[in-house]
Amino acid sequence: MTETTMAQALNRALRDALAADPDVLVYGEDVGPLGGVFRVTDGLAAEFGAERCFDSPLAEAGIVGTAVGMAMHGGRPVVEMQFDSFAYPAFEQLVSHVAKMRNRTQGAVELPMVVRIPYGGGIGGVEHHSDSSEAYYAHTPGLRVVTPGNPADGYSMLREAIDCPDPVVFLEPKRRYWDRADLELPVRTESMDRAVVRSSGTDVTLIAYGPMVATALETAEAAREEGIDVEVVDLRSLSPFDDATVAESVRRTGRAVVVHEAPMFGGYGAEVAARVTEQCFHYLEAPVLRVGGLDIPYPPPKLEEYYLPSVDRILDAMDRLQWEADWFPEAPPRPRADAVPLPCNDSAGASAGGSDRSRSEVSAWAPSRP
Amino acid sequence: MKRIDDRAEPAPAPTLPSTEPIRLVDRKGHRVVDSAYPTPDHGTLLTLLRSMVIGRRFDRQAGALARQGRLAVYPSSYGQEACQIGGVLALAEHDWLFPTYRDCVALVTRGIDPVDTLTLMRGDWHNGYDPGRYRCAPQCTPLATNASHAVGLTYAARRKGEDVAALVLMGDGATSEGDAHEAYNFAAVWNTPVVFLIQNNHWAISVPVRKQSAAPTLAHKAIGYGMRGYHVDGNDAAAVYSVVSHALGEARAGGGPAIIEAQTYRLDPHTNSDAPQRYRDESEVEYWKERDPVARLEALLRAEGRLDDAELDRVAAEAERLATDLRERLSGERSPRGTRDAGRRGGPALSPDDLFTHVYAAAPPMLAQQRQALLDELRGV
Ligand SMILES: Cc1ncc(C[n+]2csc(CCOP(=O)(O)OP(=O)(O)O)c2C)c(N)n1
Repeated sequence: MTETTMAQALNRALRDALAADPDVLVYGEDVGPLGGVFRVTDGLAAEFGAERCFDSPLAEAGIVGTAVGMAMHGGRPVVEMQFDSFAYPAFEQLVSHVAKMRNRTQGAVELPMVVRIPYGGGIGGVEHHSDSSEAYYAHTPGLRVVTPGNPADGYSMLREAIDCPDPVVFLEPKRRYWDRADLELPVRTESMDRAVVRSSGTDVTLIAYGPMVATALETAEAAREEGIDVEVVDLRSLSPFDDATVAESVRRTGRAVVVHEAPMFGGYGAEVAARVTEQCFHYLEAPVLRVGGLDIPYPPPKLEEYYLPSVDRILDAMDRLQWEADWFPEAPPRPRADAVPLPCNDSAGASAGGSDRSRSEVSAWAPSRP
Repeated sequence: MKRIDDRAEPAPAPTLPSTEPIRLVDRKGHRVVDSAYPTPDHGTLLTLLRSMVIGRRFDRQAGALARQGRLAVYPSSYGQEACQIGGVLALAEHDWLFPTYRDCVALVTRGIDPVDTLTLMRGDWHNGYDPGRYRCAPQCTPLATNASHAVGLTYAARRKGEDVAALVLMGDGATSEGDAHEAYNFAAVWNTPVVFLIQNNHWAISVPVRKQSAAPTLAHKAIGYGMRGYHVDGNDAAAVYSVVSHALGEARAGGGPAIIEAQTYRLDPHTNSDAPQRYRDESEVEYWKERDPVARLEALLRAEGRLDDAELDRVAAEAERLATDLRERLSGERSPRGTRDAGRRGGPALSPDDLFTHVYAAAPPMLAQQRQALLDELRGV
């Protein structure tokens, strides 16, 4: 076991993918000799040469547009957008082409490409360096949007994203780049489109992803001291959404809080809350609550602490989950997961309980593509 | 056949810019006579020099503050003073400047208080001055995205019958962005008085300019849009001032916008958190230090008897006062990465209340509630 940061794990994933498949190309702004502003591509140009890892002209629309062309003709481009906000020039390409190509061509053309985007705040960045832009992409059918919350997932999910036949927007929580874990690489974690229970509990399900997973785990610890047993679910895949794992957890706990850094209004948490409500309504003891960033443009460094969801804010939200109801003897008994029929529009119901998955499977990465 | 566009005649094709940059003062401080562009008079040259000495001192001070953690970040102008100052001083007071994050020295030259110039870099707010008061747009970070704003602003000014031109500062890397091309094209088609001054400092973070463009010079791009392109020695403040003045004059007279490429060099790292040893050779920095913009103008003015030690000392003392003042006014400042409690120790008051005040003209109830919730949280309610 070696201490590995998320940035190092991502770097290793790119390196192993480049070694495993000659069609994989890594390019973008400053990803060559500099190794990326976050050093995620460190050493790749030196090891694989400028043919495989190179700096492009400074133009995000062009970077993603050329990646489309490469992917159309046998390439597996992995391109980097330097920061969340600087991916916006590529929005047209992502929404109008990357997301739609397969569908437009009735499956004749697929785009196996990955757009890596460091996202989120908490690093003291000046304006345009801290956006949480996940909802824009998750709202676009045809894009897979995933985000790792720890180094092991950083490695495994990036490898899987590169192998994926669909285009993947790979959101990297930049404030977690330097988080460490004891890790043997290569590692294979759960499939990238699955949510994972990071810490089990019985009282409330705390749903988080990317940068907020660590905050959620910290919150679970703090809550335990207050006598609340929190289950933390790490979504990992924002689109598609793993209804089964989330619903199974919430049906057990009867309460749910979803947390993200992005502004709450129209944010990704609204989708999560709606789905949980639709699928778990009869199991819920309280409304599904959201903890998010404020509904303001991302603040400057000296004010960002007021904006970002904190352990305290999540605990405050948990306090509002109508715990008193449990103390009234006349309160209706909580429905049990195995006793009440699922809502009929609940397609996830069939697999509730997660019986079709092996959660603990951790095997070495199989380099060959399925 | 009747032409369907409203130009009476197709505009004559502009001539190609020279591949050799326009230069009025060489690196040793000798005059180079160029009949097309007059060398500014001694008074103007002295003003250029004084502004460069002050600008450089400001820049050094800001760099030091960044290293001490008092700024969140600082992108240095070191080596690019002639571009920023030559460009800004060519503007009339009622003209507009559209700067980037790189251009703090241009802002100081425009008369903006150095402390307010650094508001963005201090991490206090996104912008620290009133753009209307200084006719200076907020510093732009998403590359090339403010270039079209200059086109729109000058278009609006023309509708009002105002004689307003604009200077857009941009880097060599930024010229690769689609937004740059759209702005160039709009400016040319609408014939708005905008001068795009490209500070070619040879690097876009770690990417050399040869990886950005295959054109002979960046100024050549102008031709394709049907506008004039100029290629100038960006470390020659006299040349930058003269060519920008000329281009602004033509543009005001209806002669159309222009692209000016100024050859210069970023002597410092991209920002205080950059690692240039990863991508460039120190010898390149030395090469450009020998082409220092301040030294050559100083040499010329001394040689021509317009500058002596006493005058230089006076300018240096003025620069020192600015630096001391900046240091002192920011000394109570907490570091941008500091904790909330440390923030109560002085420096400009940062109120969480401010987060909500200017999102809309008036805070909607939804935001007013969030503001209240935050204030309650901070009071421990
Ligand atoms: C749209 C966009 N993409 C990427 C960035 C990140 N970035 C900031 S500065 C920079 C390099 C810019 O180089 P150049 O235009 O030459 O200006 P310089 O910094 O050298 O003054 C990059 C890539 C950005 N700010 N905006």
